Amino acid sequence: MTDTVSSDPKYHGGLEAGLQSRSFIARHPSVLIFMACLALFTISVTILAEGFGIGVISTSFVKTLGKTLCLCMVALAMDLVWGYCGILSLGHMAFFGIGGYAIGMWLMYARTEIIVVQSLAAAPLPPTAGEISQGIATQIFGVVGASEFPPIWAFAHSLPLQLAAIVIVPGLLALVFGWLAFRSRVTGVYLSILTQAMTLALALYLFQNDSGLRGNNGLSGLQNLPGLGDVPQSTVSIWFLWASALGLGLAYLLCAWIVSGKFGSVIRAIRDDEARVRFLGYSVEAYKLTIFTLTAVIAAVAGALYYPQAGIINPAEIAPIASIYLAVWVAIGGRGRLYGAVIGAAFVSLVSTWFTGGQAPDINLGFYTISWVDWWTVLLGFSFVAVTLFAPKGIGGLLDMIPSPNRHGADLGPDAGSLRESEANK
Amino acid sequence: MSTLLEVSGVSKTFDGFKAINNLSFQIGEPEMRAVIGPNGAGKTTFMDIVTGKTKPDEGTVLFGEKSRSLLKLSESQIAQAGIGRKFQRPTVFEDQSVADNLMMALKKDRSPWAVLRFRPAREDHEAVAKLAEEIGLTDQLPRKSGELSHGQKQWLEIGMLLAQDPRLLLVDEPAAGMTPAEREHTTDILVEAAKTRAVVVVEHDMEFVRRLNCKVTVLHEGSVLAEGSLDHVTANEKVIEVYLGR
Amino acid sequence: MQRFLAFLICLGLAFPASAQNADAPIQQVMQTHADLLAKASRKTIQVAIDALIDSGLPAAQAVLERWQNKEMWLDEETGLFVFAEEIDRDTIRIFDVGDGTDLGEVPDDRFKQLKPNSGVRGLIAAGLVKFQLIDPDATVRFTALEAISRDPDETHLPALRDVMEGETDPALSDQMTRLERLLTIEFGADDNEKIDAISYFAGDLGVDARAALNPLVATRIEVGEAVPVGPEVIRVVTPGDEALPKTEAYDLLVRADLAPPLIPANEVREALIRNIDGDTVAGVQVASLDTDSARNAAFATLVEQGLAEPAATTEEIDTALGAYQFYEVFIGAPPGVAIAAQAVLSDIETSVALNQTADLALDAISLASIYFLAAIGLAITFGVMGVINMAHGEFIMMGAYTGYVVQLFVPDHTLSILLAIPLAFMVTFAAGVAMERLVIRWLYHRPLETLLATFGVSIALQQLAKNIFGTQARPLTAPGWLDGSMVINDIVSISYIRIAIFILALIFLAIFLIVMNRTRLGLEVRAVTQNPRMAASMGINPDRINMLTFGFGSGIAGIAGVAIGLYAKVTSEMGSDYIVQSFMTVVVGGVGNIWGTLLGAAMVGTMQKGIEWLNPSNTLAAQTYMILFIILFIQFRPRGIIALKGRAAEA
Repeated sequence: MTDTVSSDPKYHGGLEAGLQSRSFIARHPSVLIFMACLALFTISVTILAEGFGIGVISTSFVKTLGKTLCLCMVALAMDLVWGYCGILSLGHMAFFGIGGYAIGMWLMYARTEIIVVQSLAAAPLPPTAGEISQGIATQIFGVVGASEFPPIWAFAHSLPLQLAAIVIVPGLLALVFGWLAFRSRVTGVYLSILTQAMTLALALYLFQNDSGLRGNNGLSGLQNLPGLGDVPQSTVSIWFLWASALGLGLAYLLCAWIVSGKFGSVIRAIRDDEARVRFLGYSVEAYKLTIFTLTAVIAAVAGALYYPQAGIINPAEIAPIASIYLAVWVAIGGRGRLYGAVIGAAFVSLVSTWFTGGQAPDINLGFYTISWVDWWTVLLGFSFVAVTLFAPKGIGGLLDMIPSPNRHGADLGPDAGSLRESEANK
Repeated sequence: MSTLLEVSGVSKTFDGFKAINNLSFQIGEPEMRAVIGPNGAGKTTFMDIVTGKTKPDEGTVLFGEKSRSLLKLSESQIAQAGIGRKFQRPTVFEDQSVADNLMMALKKDRSPWAVLRFRPAREDHEAVAKLAEEIGLTDQLPRKSGELSHGQKQWLEIGMLLAQDPRLLLVDEPAAGMTPAEREHTTDILVEAAKTRAVVVVEHDMEFVRRLNCKVTVLHEGSVLAEGSLDHVTANEKVIEVYLGR
Repeated sequence: MQRFLAFLICLGLAFPASAQNADAPIQQVMQTHADLLAKASRKTIQVAIDALIDSGLPAAQAVLERWQNKEMWLDEETGLFVFAEEIDRDTIRIFDVGDGTDLGEVPDDRFKQLKPNSGVRGLIAAGLVKFQLIDPDATVRFTALEAISRDPDETHLPALRDVMEGETDPALSDQMTRLERLLTIEFGADDNEKIDAISYFAGDLGVDARAALNPLVATRIEVGEAVPVGPEVIRVVTPGDEALPKTEAYDLLVRADLAPPLIPANEVREALIRNIDGDTVAGVQVASLDTDSARNAAFATLVEQGLAEPAATTEEIDTALGAYQFYEVFIGAPPGVAIAAQAVLSDIETSVALNQTADLALDAISLASIYFLAAIGLAITFGVMGVINMAHGEFIMMGAYTGYVVQLFVPDHTLSILLAIPLAFMVTFAAGVAMERLVIRWLYHRPLETLLATFGVSIALQQLAKNIFGTQARPLTAPGWLDGSMVINDIVSISYIRIAIFILALIFLAIFLIVMNRTRLGLEVRAVTQNPRMAASMGINPDRINMLTFGFGSGIAGIAGVAIGLYAKVTSEMGSDYIVQSFMTVVVGGVGNIWGTLLGAAMVGTMQKGIEWLNPSNTLAAQTYMILFIILFIQFRPRGIIALKGRAAEA
């Protein structure tokens, strides 16, 4: 990789200084710091958990942590599309959900297949493929009064094909929707509402019993890995924690690499002045489409890692509100910097778990007791307003207060805020 | 000198208001041309039409040796074909460094995939440095362009235009808000550019136009009122009437 | 007369205490037909019933009713009729037939209970109906007609025909004629009469008419060696058609004993299981029988060995089917009647379709008015200020809860709604102004962040409402005079609440137009919309205008909330049910124009109803398709139906 003058915050000299060759990591120390933190976190959890370690952390909490890593991953995608490219998509949790459904279909099919084959083994004749498939269909779709496989389950028997679907289905959806939306030059709040409408349409569609995905029952039992019934959940949870950490790490590297180059320059330019970028000869629509589709795929992969840990997925998870919460996480963490998105997602979702899980102590006012299970959402709503108003840089903005002798001029790349200075200072 | 841009019979109506009325305009390569005209004469709309921002109701806009019609192309395709535009208000990407701004404008493959894999080579850095020198911003390269002065932003934008290496440069009021010294510098840059390409400058300031020392086109109510040297057009009765409102 | 005297004497001797009034006119009428009554038979009794009815006596009805209920007894000594109740096996309590006077308890020795058989009871019932049908009170006549149409009977037909002519009330007369025609279809004497009656219903929208006609056109597919000739045969059916799949056709053959029954589908499996010998079947390893072809091969071996019945092949089925003719016949009525009914039914279907369209249009209009009400506030804030208010739905909810709270204190529904409307406006106006001052004002140049901040307000407000009012739905009751529907005919109807909402929407349109075009405020708002800096330099305070505009938009949302709460339940989530549709309305209509919002609401409403009609079982699917349609619509008109034109829009 050759070097760049431009994307280096530490660079402040003439041309010659910019020409010295340095590695990507060296130029963006935050990437290394992040990776180290992530590795440290994963190792500590592994040691403290029940699966391989000393068992201080419960398996359910390990799952919560693993899920949080997946949420951080989808927050990265959101940050890329919103913080860097300026598209406030209210549809990325829909892609997240599609990823979950794609993997869930295989998990459910394969597990039910094992159960059905076992139950048919007692029959006098060995079952035919048709009988097994019929048995699986009855098991899975009995709850919505059907006993046939809908066409979209055609590949559910095959893990490789469903894994491909995790990427292809949301990718195609994002591509088609994005092409329609960007082509007609819908921007700003209009675009947000359009993405929200898309999400709502998808959720409503999935709520129907004849959608082929079990209506509002959703897919369940996803925490049981087919063929690994003997492995205790405490071990499986650690495997998924590792997978989620790996996914987050790779996504972080990918996003950092994207935003640190000229591509990052162009998408930030699109965010700030779309028309001007067009006159520079860049096809704005193509760039938006690329980012939209890419982040949709990242979101879907995150979803495919999340739902086996959650165990159940249903259409309510896809509803527009979920995508709006995603925007809230990124905004609170600090958009336009990758670690901000991660911090925001981790912080808000963990705090939210703490409050809504009933662990937070209630406040007795004498005449009224504030129960956080009820009041947490109110607090979140108003603190979100406060963050938007008073701290547009979010939690990540706190790091800017650390005096840095090298900070001068443009803050760029994956670690420094790409929020418009003029906006932030308003 | 061959014809580079040929605009003929172009009209554009906004809500019944004829912004451009049967306008015809030609420019060769290399050539410097100043376009003047009172407010509402259609100067900006003319530029909008050439750069693809606005589609005209009728008429043709042809570009290059092959006389390619620009009306079917999008803004970005027109820019890639070799038409650069500088806006009235300086529009640079304020959050990014001067070097980044120039690097983005550098003439390169602009498809997303190519840009994604692009990492600047030594000659790209040199090209940026050379441009920075041309517009006098070498010392400002790593600075955030939002921190530049108004005049510096104007130059940066001109630099970005030059980085695109366009065959036709459309410049809207480049000298607005500049000190006399800065104006001089701007004039030099434009005159230098016009040696190898076509440059159209829209300007109000007659002093500035005079310094460009080129052919002048006067627009009025959406069509060409007069064309020729500055002395020639300022002697024209109709031009005097339009400008002085006699 | 002699006999009468004798019976008077007997009476005097036997019951000095109880005075059975033998002179009562009704008793006399009954005495005239005493023999007929005592030995009632279906053939002869009509005379007696007619005499009772024609007597015009008020007691006649009671006599008929109690007779029908076997509560009339004959005093065999006096020959007089009495009403009686059985007290126990030997005792009865008797009443005078004339005026129902209690005559005391007596032994039942000399009384004989009259037990009319079912035929006679039918005639009595018909007589009774006639009684009611000529009752001077129109409501009684109406009730009688209703009763007949609920449970029609052969005997009603002559009764109706008798009284039809004499009916003076035109509405009742129409109803009677209609009922008579309906009964004729069912019980008419011959086909011509029925066909005549059927033709009366051409174009009739009544559900009862269709209910009477539909059974007449029932058909069945039959099978035979040849197609019989006759008007009852509608058409020849080929097996394998949509109307008659081959399996069903073969079933018909089996049922008609024209073909041997098919071997059940799982017979292959069953036969194999029956013949398992150790771990082989027909010489094949059981474990290898895990495909259909392997099983069929093994089965074929079994058949060869004579261990299983051969299954009919497809060719055999086809041959069997080919040997016979299948045809559809009318079974509900004689062909002439059925054909007439068919013609009238198809005529009715046309008018039903037309009226359903009209009904659908009414539904669409009322849905459009709801969307308009919900969206107009949004259109104002979005159009005039360029601010997206995600909490708009929660303002709607706030208005609805205001209405609910008002109803807690003011029990009178009319008054409470009249109070609730201005109160809801005030509450949400205040909330809107507060939000504008505290939040939105700081974010005018950051539209995406406005969207998020107002969303924060939205989730907080929603949860607040949940904490205060609980999760269950709260009622907002409409005044009594808004109950029910305006029924235009059996198909077209619209509830009064929806009419009220429609009128409310019109009022808002008018208010908006007046405020924007006729008042100083409207002028200033338009000025600020077009050029805030110029407006400010002319002495208009844009801050104040923004605040008022936002308050106004929010206030309208509050009133919309009251209106929506009247016909839907009030819950903390009701706002989110409308917010997306409201956005769609604004986006489709085009920003910054009230007429656009109106058109947008009309389009979104019509489309939703239209899609629901195409796919009636599924409102979810309807919404899905509608949103997809809107996404596509944006492709062709990115700025909505009514787009701002000119340079302002291009900039």
